[in-house]
Amino acid sequence: MSQLFFFIQEAFRALRRNAAPSMAAIVTTVVTVVLLGVLIPIFQTAQSKSEEVRDSLEFRVAVYDDATKSEIDALRGDLEGIPHVASVEFITKAEALAELENDLGKAKSEDLLTQLRDNPLPRNFAVKADDAANLEAVRAAVTPPGPNGKPQPISPIIPAEDPTFDRREDAQKIEQVTSALKIVLTVITALLIVASLMLVGNTIRLSIYTRRREVEVMRLVGATRWFIRWPFMIEGVVVGFAGGLMAILTLWLGKITIIDPLGDTISFLAAQNNSTLSFPALAAILFGAAVLVSAIGSGVTLRRFLKV
Amino acid sequence: MARAKKRRDEAQPAQPRRARKPIVELRDVTKVYPGGHMALDRVSLAIDRGEFAFLVGPTGCGKSTLIKLLIRELTATEGSVSIAGRDIDTLSEKKTPHLRRNIGTVFQDFKLLPDRTVFDNVAYALQVLGASRAEVREKVGETLRLVGLSTKLHSFPDQLSGGEQQRVAIARAFVNHPPLLLADEPSGNLDPITSIGVMQLLYRINKTGTTVIVVTHDREMVDNMRRRVIELYEGRVVRDEVSGGYTEESTTEFGLRMRAEMGVGPEGQTNGHDAHERLF
Repeated sequence: MSQLFFFIQEAFRALRRNAAPSMAAIVTTVVTVVLLGVLIPIFQTAQSKSEEVRDSLEFRVAVYDDATKSEIDALRGDLEGIPHVASVEFITKAEALAELENDLGKAKSEDLLTQLRDNPLPRNFAVKADDAANLEAVRAAVTPPGPNGKPQPISPIIPAEDPTFDRREDAQKIEQVTSALKIVLTVITALLIVASLMLVGNTIRLSIYTRRREVEVMRLVGATRWFIRWPFMIEGVVVGFAGGLMAILTLWLGKITIIDPLGDTISFLAAQNNSTLSFPALAAILFGAAVLVSAIGSGVTLRRFLKV
Repeated sequence: MARAKKRRDEAQPAQPRRARKPIVELRDVTKVYPGGHMALDRVSLAIDRGEFAFLVGPTGCGKSTLIKLLIRELTATEGSVSIAGRDIDTLSEKKTPHLRRNIGTVFQDFKLLPDRTVFDNVAYALQVLGASRAEVREKVGETLRLVGLSTKLHSFPDQLSGGEQQRVAIARAFVNHPPLLLADEPSGNLDPITSIGVMQLLYRINKTGTTVIVVTHDREMVDNMRRRVIELYEGRVVRDEVSGGYTEESTTEFGLRMRAEMGVGPEGQTNGHDAHERLF
């Protein structure tokens, strides 16, 4: 017990005596933790956003105007039976018109409709796939190739010409972009985590390197490895604790002053509150990581200097 | 003293006390460095308990290698190195700190911890043993009185003269009352007067029963001290002789004779800076 007290005393003495390297280590920890604290929610938000976009990917199956209700219900059952179909929704002519008005603007669509005199939009089914990647497979299942090689719709009420159409022409593009974005963000996050770990490791190595003479003398008078190592590890814990605490405080200040007020107006920021880790959980993970990394980092780095 | 002896026996249980084996024994020790350089070539020697021996020779003759073998910073390529009858080549790495606790070491560059006071530097050698605070206070105070630095307890190494720093290093090496004390060029950085002071201190430590081995290339000093001299040349022992005559002199007699023979003169003529250091 008195031994532990001695080690703690040694650690604090070393921190005081090596104020500049200690400060450098703390600042490095702060920067790293703040960086991760900003990046992790961004990554999570981007991921959940891209999943949201993927969720909305759908295609439409048009239905002839003269189809009866029982035919339509039968088709609904068939569509729902196709693998990877997440949902099937029936859109009436009026709803289709409302969608068009929504897309083009009221004035333009009314202008268009006066020229046509009647609502030309077909009733249709909105078919959603469970994943954007499966969308084309579902579409192919609705219009399998017939005996003559041409696509043959699964139901006679589906027009043979243009049986399906996309409300969003660039559905595929969105899918590509979101998966690319995901890869880029994953790579950036991974690189930053590696970079910050190396930065912390380097800072620790530097502070130990400046004290290798001290370690040499300690070994000379017969200090065991752990006797030398404990104060260094406690020092690492103190540095990680101080750095982590300061970083969490910075993040929290940033959250309440910048993110939270903007969250009301910008949906991207608001999304963070629902779909990602809660702030306390994130803070706890980052804090624990900061303390652990700097303590273990100190212990491991010291090994090089402890060889007999 | 009794307590220190007890600890010594605990640390080396294999050592039969009555056998009086040489404290240091080298048998056909050869040390070849990875580059192929042969630093020691079949060196055999034995140093008995309580001896005061000099290890001399030109730079690169293998003196430092020999010291490093004794504290197991290096291991012999061939042959065996024994401390107090224990072959240290077979010592596990875990046991090495225990070996070092029983060997005091003093170096030319002092090797003090710059961010610790005189007291803390000496105390560290006891703290590694897990000594209690009271024990540390008592022994450090006693040892610093012995080396004449009891007024500088709270000074830092860079506030001390070279001679004073070396005394701190000697105090640290001796605070534990080890059976063996190795001094590698202890006066290499010091002027002749201060050097005599350091030698006198080592002599006094030797008088308490500690075996002292001093590495030096100061021929004049060695000739004047008239102790056992082991000379190395290109990794071989070329001279090992005991020139007697003054073996039983007291520390004071020793100091006076040394000053006279080195032509330093009476105490009044010293440069004043280190004059107050001399207590003997």
